[in-house]
Amino acid sequence: MTVDRETVVVTGLGATTPLGGDAASTWAAMLAGRSGVRRLTEPWAKELPVRIAAPAAADPAEVVGRVQARRMDRCEQFALVAAREAWADAGAPEMDPERLGVAVTSGIGGIGSILAGYDTLKEKGWSRISPFTVPMLMPNGSAGWISMEFGAHAGAHSLVSACASGAEALGYGIDMIRSGRADVVIAGGTEAAIMPLNIGAFAVMRAMSTRNDEPERASRPFDKARDGFVLGEGAGIVVLESLSHARRRGAVVHAVAAGAGYSSDAYHIAHPAPDGAGVTAAISRALADARVDPEQVVHVNAHATSTPEGDPIEAQALVKALGSAADGVIVSATKSMTGHLLGGAGAIESVAAVLALRDRVAPPTINLEEIDEDVPVDVAAEPRPLTKRGTEPMAVLNNAFGFGGHNVSLVFTAA
Amino acid sequence: MTEQEILAGLGEIIEEIAGVPADEVTPNKSFVDDLDIDSLSMVEIAVAAQDKFGVEIPDDQLKDLTTVQDVVNFVSKNAEGSA
Repeated sequence: MTVDRETVVVTGLGATTPLGGDAASTWAAMLAGRSGVRRLTEPWAKELPVRIAAPAAADPAEVVGRVQARRMDRCEQFALVAAREAWADAGAPEMDPERLGVAVTSGIGGIGSILAGYDTLKEKGWSRISPFTVPMLMPNGSAGWISMEFGAHAGAHSLVSACASGAEALGYGIDMIRSGRADVVIAGGTEAAIMPLNIGAFAVMRAMSTRNDEPERASRPFDKARDGFVLGEGAGIVVLESLSHARRRGAVVHAVAAGAGYSSDAYHIAHPAPDGAGVTAAISRALADARVDPEQVVHVNAHATSTPEGDPIEAQALVKALGSAADGVIVSATKSMTGHLLGGAGAIESVAAVLALRDRVAPPTINLEEIDEDVPVDVAAEPRPLTKRGTEPMAVLNNAFGFGGHNVSLVFTAA
Repeated sequence: MTEQEILAGLGEIIEEIAGVPADEVTPNKSFVDDLDIDSLSMVEIAVAAQDKFGVEIPDDQLKDLTTVQDVVNFVSKNAEGSA
């Protein structure tokens, strides 16, 4: 085989989620089928039609420290916490800083800082606004902080594509390494948007679950009784690295970040195209980019947010993309446990997909009591072992789609 | 307000905003070179000092306040109720 491009591998994983303050506790909770969804007890939630969410298990301000926390939006704090974990997991490589890049983003950015800054403006005047407000609200703030933390000089990037952002960041990181701009890229997504404006704004679109009396049963992707998504928060970060660089330093390789595929629906600003053609195209392009046959795919961590509209479209598009090979694929929707982390989703779910591949187990989709008849795929309600089929290596997919019609699919293969 | 009181008050503000222990905030220290305080944090410190000591620190004078003693002098000269 001729080596015509760099192989990109995953050498570090980090996460802070509604299920745990790190990747290991998050993954253990996923395999145990635990829900991170809770009642919102804050006074502001009382007047909203949605009074449930999946808050982070660990307060990031306590982890980064009080002084640094007052200069960073909560979404930036999540990103930094997960990046430190991923970097340590990668063995904290000693490397040329000019060859270290960052691709970390958010779907919304520092919305909490925007709202707090506006309150201060109205109540106390402009001179009392924190001078860190701009770096706290900008969606590229996390990338900037992480570049400073690790001295990354190859470039720090933040593509934004709503709920596809986290996955798109990983795709961009893969490209940075393949194109020779970097040897190592810290990549991922973050979100901290459990705020009255966001919940109100999604609720008024009728996009959220209103199962307020049963929080743990509210997020139920692919289930017949699903009624919308549940908002989560947190971050997922991976360390991507060229295989040659990883080998030179003897790094542990969790998986190969084999490829990415993209498409745009060009249909509606918030609704997915009903024919799912864009989703099918993104998956097909990801497989082509990864040079993986549909028969190699054993598991998909689906975007599946638990909305009535989106879940069947994704499932049907998956069947179109994989053809007859779709039959042996085990699909999981971990948003059933974490809620929907918006710009963090694709990154958290990529971490889960890599761990599924490493441990050869598909996490459960909780609350799947009666699968929707319009969902023609095998969805795991319980943890299921992953066994190879077709040719080596075993492959898993992660899908992420965003308002605006953005579709991203990522392929990971066994190390 | 004595200079000692101003210094102690300033130490509290700097510890809160920049995380520098109050006992390290001594008169001869430079904000940038010794205490590693950047211009954004300096704005926060100035606003907090204005509230605490009841002084106005105009921007064109803030840039000249480079050491702890500079701020102590400014406050003691301009604070409300000072002679």
